[in-house]
Amino acid sequence: MSAVEVTPNIRKTALNAVHRQMGAKMVEFNGWDMPVEYPSAGGIIAEHNAVRTGVGIFDVSHMGDIRLHGPQALAAVQHISMNDASKLGIGQAQYSALLYPQGTFVDDVIVHRLGEDDYLLVINAGTREKDFNWVRDNTRQFDCKVENLSDDFTQIAIQGPKGVNLLQKLTDADLSAVKFYWVTRVTRGTVCGLKNMLIARTGYTAEDGFEIYVPADEKTSAMVWNKVLEAGKEFGVVPCGLGARNTLRLEGKLPLYGHEISDTINVWEAGLDRFIKMEKPEFIGREALEKAKAAGLKRTLVGLEMVERGIARDGYKVWDDSGREIGYVTSGSYAPFLKKNIALAYVPTEFANVGSTVKVEIRGQGVKAQVVPTPFYKRPKKA
Amino acid sequence: MGYPTDLKYTKEHEWISANGGTATIGITNYAQESLGDIVFVDLPKVGTDLTAGKTFGSVESVKAVSDLYAPASGKVTEVNGALATSPENINKDAHAAWMLKIALKDPNELNGLMSAADYDKFVAEEGGH
Repeated sequence: MSAVEVTPNIRKTALNAVHRQMGAKMVEFNGWDMPVEYPSAGGIIAEHNAVRTGVGIFDVSHMGDIRLHGPQALAAVQHISMNDASKLGIGQAQYSALLYPQGTFVDDVIVHRLGEDDYLLVINAGTREKDFNWVRDNTRQFDCKVENLSDDFTQIAIQGPKGVNLLQKLTDADLSAVKFYWVTRVTRGTVCGLKNMLIARTGYTAEDGFEIYVPADEKTSAMVWNKVLEAGKEFGVVPCGLGARNTLRLEGKLPLYGHEISDTINVWEAGLDRFIKMEKPEFIGREALEKAKAAGLKRTLVGLEMVERGIARDGYKVWDDSGREIGYVTSGSYAPFLKKNIALAYVPTEFANVGSTVKVEIRGQGVKAQVVPTPFYKRPKKA
Repeated sequence: MGYPTDLKYTKEHEWISANGGTATIGITNYAQESLGDIVFVDLPKVGTDLTAGKTFGSVESVKAVSDLYAPASGKVTEVNGALATSPENINKDAHAAWMLKIALKDPNELNGLMSAADYDKFVAEEGGH
């Protein structure tokens, strides 16, 4: 094992000191000094399972935010994103992606419609600058202002079936009126005593939950974080780090930039068909994707479950039964809630049928795995 | 923390306890703390020859894969099979959850390893524990 190296220009969220006080194990992630787990909360497995069965909270302030507003904001969003933002009511959000002309990913985003001509794109930490430049440079022809609000918010995710109960204790807004993938600015009433707070019923855990946008100063951020922890005590709330965030999103087959999606993978390969609206007459990447569809799919993302002993990890090679290399693992881990070793991998389409067997190269050995239905985990429907 | 004084330690965070010509091998408490929740252990079979300083297996937590290095040379005589189904035993008590027993090739090899006091100092420098 080797010690974590700290790069000189590493960035910190407003909650950095709070994480350290709580004894979090910190790691460098995409240029950010972030908690990977809280040993005091029981570590990754306990954190993961708290989110599946109760509630956990995450500091996700490293995520970026781009606001587009002005008379042609919708046209601008439509031009740069693959989903259909014209379908969004005010206060509604959708999963989408920014694409290159060749149909591959600049990044995946959540598009929130905050007002009549007012949109907020929530983007990944590692692609903040790239995304902002891309959005700004490709929307110059529209009458619309593009603002980078990435440093304006401390973003706290409150995730799990008890998340709504926890947050309801801290606000007089009626959260039952905020449906999944809707967002609201709390103008009548407060959240943790703060006015005009933005709360979204979104997340990256394959559970119900909220993401709240808190003013980014350290004092307010710490106050909200501590109030959320205090209010969550009766629900067994635990602070969660990036380790649990990764295993939770993997069980739910939620893509991670640089793994399942990247500038060399197109939307069809990633299996994100339902978030792309080809009926939209124009958006960046559309033409290439039309051609790619006509040409047919050569590789596709599949879910694997290890049949023999071993854990597939990001970057490991996938072999066919004869030992020929056919693809690679994009993400792989022990799945704490499912208690299985699972992975996502790109393989040729002829190996993509559920039940197909492949091998994953682990330390030089071919270890048997099977293609299984995805998502690996789907949250139970409410009774 | 105070490491058991009857064990010897490596810079790769294995411990070894010798009793005449046989020795028991595991990973240290510092190692399990650094790894976090351990979910998989890959160990050699009985009869395998280990060479001091060379890898003999691996241990995996949810997040990380870490190679295991032999503290001394020798032939594997026993493997802790319980770790295949309960790798979390290492998190519970790293110094009780042994991995292998080996027949030492040369008990003098242990003289080059760290004492508990030296190891304590070593991990304090490495990780601030």
